Amino acid sequence: MTDSVLPQSLGDSARGDRWKPNRSLSKLTQKLIVLLFGAFAFVSVATTIGIVLTLIFETIEFFLEVSPWEFFTGTRWSPTFANPRFGIIVLLCGTFLTSVIGLLVAVPLGLLSAVCLSEYAPRSLRAWLKPALEILAGVPTVVFGYFALLMVTPFLKTFIPGLSTFNSLSAGLVLGFAVLPTIASLSEDAIFAVPLSLRQGSYALGATKRETVTGVVLPAALSGIVASIVLGVARAVGETMIVTLAAGQSPTLTLDPRSAVQTMTSFIVQITKGDAPYGSIEFKTLFAVGMTLFVITLVLNFFSFWFVRRFQEKYE
Amino acid sequence: MQSQTSQSSPVVDTERVFHVQNTDYYYGSNLAVRGVNLEIPGNKITAFIGPSGCGKSTALRCFNRLNDLIPSAHIKGRITYRGVDIYDKQVDPIELRRRIGMVFQKPNPFPKSIYDNIAFGARINGYQGDMDELIERSLKASALWDEVKDKLQNSGLSISGGQQQRLCIARAIAIEPEVILMDEPCSALDPISTLKIEELMHELKENYTIIIVTHNMQQASRVSDKTAFFNAEATEKGGKVGYLVEYDDTQKIFSDPQQEQTRDYVSGRFG
Ligand SMILES: Nc1ncnc2c1ncn2[C@@H]1O[C@H](COP(=O)(O)OP(=O)(O)O)[C@@H](O)[C@H]1O
Ligand SMILES: [Mg+2]
Repeated sequence: MTDSVLPQSLGDSARGDRWKPNRSLSKLTQKLIVLLFGAFAFVSVATTIGIVLTLIFETIEFFLEVSPWEFFTGTRWSPTFANPRFGIIVLLCGTFLTSVIGLLVAVPLGLLSAVCLSEYAPRSLRAWLKPALEILAGVPTVVFGYFALLMVTPFLKTFIPGLSTFNSLSAGLVLGFAVLPTIASLSEDAIFAVPLSLRQGSYALGATKRETVTGVVLPAALSGIVASIVLGVARAVGETMIVTLAAGQSPTLTLDPRSAVQTMTSFIVQITKGDAPYGSIEFKTLFAVGMTLFVITLVLNFFSFWFVRRFQEKYE
Repeated sequence: MQSQTSQSSPVVDTERVFHVQNTDYYYGSNLAVRGVNLEIPGNKITAFIGPSGCGKSTALRCFNRLNDLIPSAHIKGRITYRGVDIYDKQVDPIELRRRIGMVFQKPNPFPKSIYDNIAFGARINGYQGDMDELIERSLKASALWDEVKDKLQNSGLSISGGQQQRLCIARAIAIEPEVILMDEPCSALDPISTLKIEELMHELKENYTIIIVTHNMQQASRVSDKTAFFNAEATEKGGKVGYLVEYDDTQKIFSDPQQEQTRDYVSGRFG
C-alpha cells in the first residue's frame, strides 16, 4: 500500500486490515521472471546471429579465393582434387533431383492422407492414426537411409535396368516417405481447424460431401496447406542421412534418377567426416555450401510467411 | 376466434408448407424436444421463440435435415414438406437442402470472393444461366448490391458483420429455395444491421416461406406472422426436455396468449 499514489479509499475503516496485497513482492518476482526469460531469449538469438555471422565471414573468405562466376556457373564439382572445381550447380542439381522425387511422393500422398484423416476417417480412427503419423515423423532418418540402401534399391533393381547401387530414385522415394508425415500432419491440422460453421454453410446450400471438401474446406485451409508443403520442401532440401547413404557421394551433373549424385548436405557430411584443416579451401567450401543451403531455406521460409500472411483467413 | 383452433385446423387461405406431426427430437438416447405438432404456412414468417436450450435450433435444423450432420441426432415422428415425409428413405437430404435454404446465427461467408460466395451454390446445383446476372439479382434481393457492387472480387470476410449476414442471405436465395430457415440471424449484429435484415425479411416474404428462430421478442412481434413459443422443463433424470407450449398468430401470442407460461414469457417475467 505504501507505494500507491492513489488516494486512500473512502471506506478504509470499514475494509479494515483484511486486504493487504503484497504488491512489492509480486513486482519483484515479475522483474526476476522477465530477466530470466530475457536471458534465455538472448542466448538463442545470440547463437543464431553467431552462426549466421560465421557463415557470412567464411563465405566471404571463400569467395576471395574462388570467383563467384566459377561458383555459380561451373559445371564440375571437385573441391578436394589437386585441380579443384567449384560448380555448385552440380550439388544443387543433386539436391533438386532427390527433393523433387521425394516431394512427388510426399505432397500427393501427404495431402490425400490429411484429407482422409480429417474428413473421412471416423473420429476414433483419427485419434490413434494421427499420433502414429507424428511418431513416424520422429523416426531417425538414418533408419530411412539404410532402408533405402538395403531394401528399396535392391527391390528397384529387379525391374529398373541400369540402376546403380547409389541412386537418387531410391533416395528420393524414401525421402518422400520421411517428409510425408510432416506434410500430412500439418495440413491435417489446417483442414481440421476449418470451422464447422463453414461446412454447415456449404451443406445447407445442397452441397455433397465431396463438393464441401473441395469447394470450401480445402480453399479455407489453403494457407496452412501451403505452409506445410513449404516446410516439407525445406525438410527435403535439408535432409542429410537418407541422401548421404542412398544417393551416393559422386558429384555428377545429371537428371537421370538411376545414377548416383551428391547433394549439398551429403557433401558437407563428406568433408566433415575427413579432417579439413582450419583455413583450408575445403574448410571454406563447407561454409559456402552451408550458406547456399541457408539462403534456400530462408527464401522458402519467407515465401511461406508471406503466403500465410497474404492468404490466411481470419475467422472472428 | 379462428386463431384459437390454429393448432389443429388447416391454416386458412395459405398453403401448408411444413407439417410436423407428433415429433420427438433426440440426441442419442436424450430426448431434447418432445411431442411437437406444428403447421408452417407458406409465404409467411413464422417465429420460434423461447428460452435458450428449449430446442428451437434443433427443431429448425430438422426442416432441412441439417441435423443429419450430427451422427447421434434423430427424430421420432413425421415431418412433411408439401406432403412428403422428409425423413423418408427415398428423400435425398442434398436435394431437400437445395429447396430449403438456411441462414445461421453467426455470419459464415466462405473464405472466397463475394462473387464466388454466391456462385459456389449456383455451380454445385448446376445453374445454367448467366452467372453475373444471378449474382446481381441475389445481391439486390438481399439489399447488398449498392454496397458491394464495386468490390465483388474482395473477400467475403472483408465486409462488416451485417453485410456478411446479408451476403449469406444472398447466397441462400441465389439457388432459389422455397423456404429460408434463419437461426437467430441478427444475434451477432448491431441494431442498424438488424433493422436492415428485418426490412429485408418483409420483402422476402413475397417469394419465400421464412422460419426464424429468435430470442428477441420485439423482433418476433415486429417481423413474424405466426409465433411458436417453446419452453423446457426438467425431467426426472436431471436433464431437461423442450416442448411446444403455444403456436398461434403473432398478434394473438403477444396480446392474448392462451397459456399462462406464454403470457409470463412475452411479458418478460422469465426467460
Ligand atoms: N449437437 C448436440 N448434441 C447433443 N445435444 C445437443 C446438441 N445440440 C443441442 N443439443 C441439446 O438439445 C437441447 C436443445 O438445444 P438447442 O436446439 O440448441 O436449443 P435452442 O436453440 O433453443 O437454444 C439442449 O438441451 C442441448 O443440450
Ligand atoms: Mg439455438
